[in-house]
Amino acid sequence: MSRRQSPNVAQPIVQRLRIRYTKSGRMRFASHRDFQRALERAVRRSGLPIAFSGGFNPHPRIAYANAAPTGAASEAEYVELGLRDRVDPATVPGVLTAALPAGFAVVQCVETASGSVADRLTASLWRLQLTGVSAPQTRLALQRLAAAGPVTVQRVAKSGVKQIPVAAALLRTDVADGESPADPTPCAILQVVVRHSTPSVRPEDVLAALVEHADLAEPVAVIYTRLAQGPLIGDPPTVGDPLSEVG
Amino acid sequence: MTADSLYPLLEPLLPHVRKPIQYVGGEVNSIAKDWDAVDVRWALLYPDAYEVGSPNQGVQILYEVLNELPGVLAERAYAMWPDMEEQLRRHGLPSFTVDSQRPLGDFDAIGVSLATELGYTNLLTCLDLAGMPLHADERTDGHPLVIVGGHAAFNPEPIAPFIDAAVLGDGEEPVVRISRLLSTWKAEGRPGGREGLLLRLAATGDVYVPAFYDVAYLPDGRIDSIRPNRSGVPWRVSKHTLMDLDEWPYPKQPVVPVAETIHERMSVEIFRGCTRGCRFCQAGMITRPVRERSAATVADMVDCGIKRTGFDEVGMLSLSSADHSEIGELAKGLADRYEGTRTSLSLPSTRVDAFNIELADELSRNGRRSGLTFAPEGGSERLRRVINKTVSEDDLIRTVSAAYASGWRHVKLYFMCGLPTETDSDVLQIARLAREVIRTGREVSGRRDIRCTVSIGGFVPKPHTPFQWAGQLPAPETDRRLMLLRGEIRGDREYGRSIGMRYHDGRPGIVEGLLARGDRRVADVIERVWRAGSRFDGWSEYFSYDRWTEAARDAWEGEAVDVDWFTTRERDFAEVLPWSHLDSGLEPEWLWQDWQDALSGDEVGDCRWTPCSQCGVCDQLDTHIQTGPTGKAWIPTIGVGQPAAAPLGST
Repeated sequence: MSRRQSPNVAQPIVQRLRIRYTKSGRMRFASHRDFQRALERAVRRSGLPIAFSGGFNPHPRIAYANAAPTGAASEAEYVELGLRDRVDPATVPGVLTAALPAGFAVVQCVETASGSVADRLTASLWRLQLTGVSAPQTRLALQRLAAAGPVTVQRVAKSGVKQIPVAAALLRTDVADGESPADPTPCAILQVVVRHSTPSVRPEDVLAALVEHADLAEPVAVIYTRLAQGPLIGDPPTVGDPLSEVG
Repeated sequence: MTADSLYPLLEPLLPHVRKPIQYVGGEVNSIAKDWDAVDVRWALLYPDAYEVGSPNQGVQILYEVLNELPGVLAERAYAMWPDMEEQLRRHGLPSFTVDSQRPLGDFDAIGVSLATELGYTNLLTCLDLAGMPLHADERTDGHPLVIVGGHAAFNPEPIAPFIDAAVLGDGEEPVVRISRLLSTWKAEGRPGGREGLLLRLAATGDVYVPAFYDVAYLPDGRIDSIRPNRSGVPWRVSKHTLMDLDEWPYPKQPVVPVAETIHERMSVEIFRGCTRGCRFCQAGMITRPVRERSAATVADMVDCGIKRTGFDEVGMLSLSSADHSEIGELAKGLADRYEGTRTSLSLPSTRVDAFNIELADELSRNGRRSGLTFAPEGGSERLRRVINKTVSEDDLIRTVSAAYASGWRHVKLYFMCGLPTETDSDVLQIARLAREVIRTGREVSGRRDIRCTVSIGGFVPKPHTPFQWAGQLPAPETDRRLMLLRGEIRGDREYGRSIGMRYHDGRPGIVEGLLARGDRRVADVIERVWRAGSRFDGWSEYFSYDRWTEAARDAWEGEAVDVDWFTTRERDFAEVLPWSHLDSGLEPEWLWQDWQDALSGDEVGDCRWTPCSQCGVCDQLDTHIQTGPTGKAWIPTIGVGQPAAAPLGST
């Protein structure tokens, strides 16, 4: 007796779907791995005919792309699913959202022929809600940062300390006043367009650059939300829809 | 009593702690009932991290049972990691439930699941963070009742001052009755206050209230007597036994954690109790008699559970899963049913038995055959007779050979070190056994890359077992024997590289032993060690043996007892044990005889197949063995090749 032959053969993919999902409320604290498990279970629960790879340890054919960091909310996360039977893409958002924990929602689904959505994700639009600092303070800090040249910040990762080149990836900034009449605490809403790079620049790196290199006071609370992610287009730089014009 | 969710206050803290997802709830199948629509509110606390506590079956069962009751809600709570504890203390926030982030102190009762004694310091953290006095006698009517259950509750004496009550045995029925009693007491305007409520509870015989019992000691440190200090309180409190598991198919829709946990699978309990009679095994002794769930009900629970959770692995849980009277049909039927659906089935806790290889082969039909685990527990046949885990060396080798022959590559063998009467030779035989396993494994598989891992735990004598009188092996001696064994394995040129050895040093076992067989005097040590900073004692990166021994020295200066007295000292039959007023149904005489039989290497049979040995449980507690085969029909072929739920409409 020796090696067993695996009885599992790879299932052919007959339909490829790209979905956009959102991550909000409490689920922004889920890590990417947490989301992966939740999605795979939701797929099983929903009965979506996902294709499996072959071998002793078959995996569902799901491709993930550039997930938002733990703690960040997002309106624009993307995943590709390979199915072994065809389904109506219009039914997918409702069915998957119902099977996911509240806080994750699949909001868009399109069929695609080939290519990878990850290739179309070259920039992100982030919203930073900075409670405790005002809009004018933030504008001033952005001017200082622009004058400071090619600044980098340090991020401590499991693999060690990384140098993150923030300035080079920061393509566009807008500041609005987020104070509300109900709450007089100063609050700046900073929106930034960031080019995807390696190592990637996270919104927390942008804030760290403002605090460390541009004298912005440390906000008392911060919420990061990815508003869009997709191809970088135009001047001024904007983020396009990665699900449009797919063929 | 109003309980607003703390979530808005916690949200800014969550980015500053590790794995924040564990604190926010919102899992599929979690339940958040309307706080104001009920009058009895339970917090179910598992005093370890979410990743450990979330898969716990006891909490999941009671969570559903309680939430199904009208007028009652239950939310889950787990220990806060030290980083979260620090954040809460810095911001003046209390410990909270994960379902709605409500403060623990706002509930009527905190039901604590004590699977292991090493959670005691975490229990104190949870109570302290809740803003509650650690000592039950300082709590007022506004504080929740602290009610403990789980295996460690069979000797709650070391934590007696910190708890209001303990429930022994199966919790399904007691929590329902306690809820009713709480509801009535509240509706009547809380007559007698907290003490009135506890008296009512104690009078039912359902719960043990430590404050209603006085313990007197002899000058030499032993217990003189344990007796009720008021009328209307039973002399002995008995464990609960749930009969007819088919009537209680919980959990019906297990919570699906978002955070990663230690068991990424769904579990279905296929029977409760075990009468194999392994003498070291507290679980086997305190959960008698065996009560099987029928194959039909198990199959239903697996089916419903998979549909409702999306898990792709199902563990069929029990203390010795292959002993289920319908296990063969069950394994084959379920393997047929889920063929082609990428659902895997597993059978934890199986004995060394060739039949188990057939089962394991069946369950892994489509999957990888990586590792198979057996627990001979003792290295020599002599020692295995002492512990009543009788498996001959020939059987063991034959079983393991069969495993390698059918494609399994890695066999794990579990042993204990420090069992009563153990000698160096018994320990060294573990190495010989592992060598023999590899030798025959290479022969039958024709491969050299097969492996055997030997895992060794220090033996800790537990209450309500025949070994409750035994002296625990001192930590240095445990360590010496482990090193001896390690040297023997490493020194083997032919086979040593194929044999792995996993072990822990003997010191955590001594603290576990102190907490397992301690009495009320141990409470002071627990409180001191907690004040000195002990948390998460079950985690080696947090555990500090020195802190425990220092706390014990300070607490017992000038007294007749010390850590050795509680752990390494052998007891005799006449000694009043700290748990002698707590009734597991086992006759003390039977336990003592079993201890004597152990010392002379005499085995005792399993009452499912050999005559009753008069352990006392069925007579004492009016229970009986419930085993099949039931012959109840079920259809193993439902949904062959289909996904777990109806597929979507196709285009």
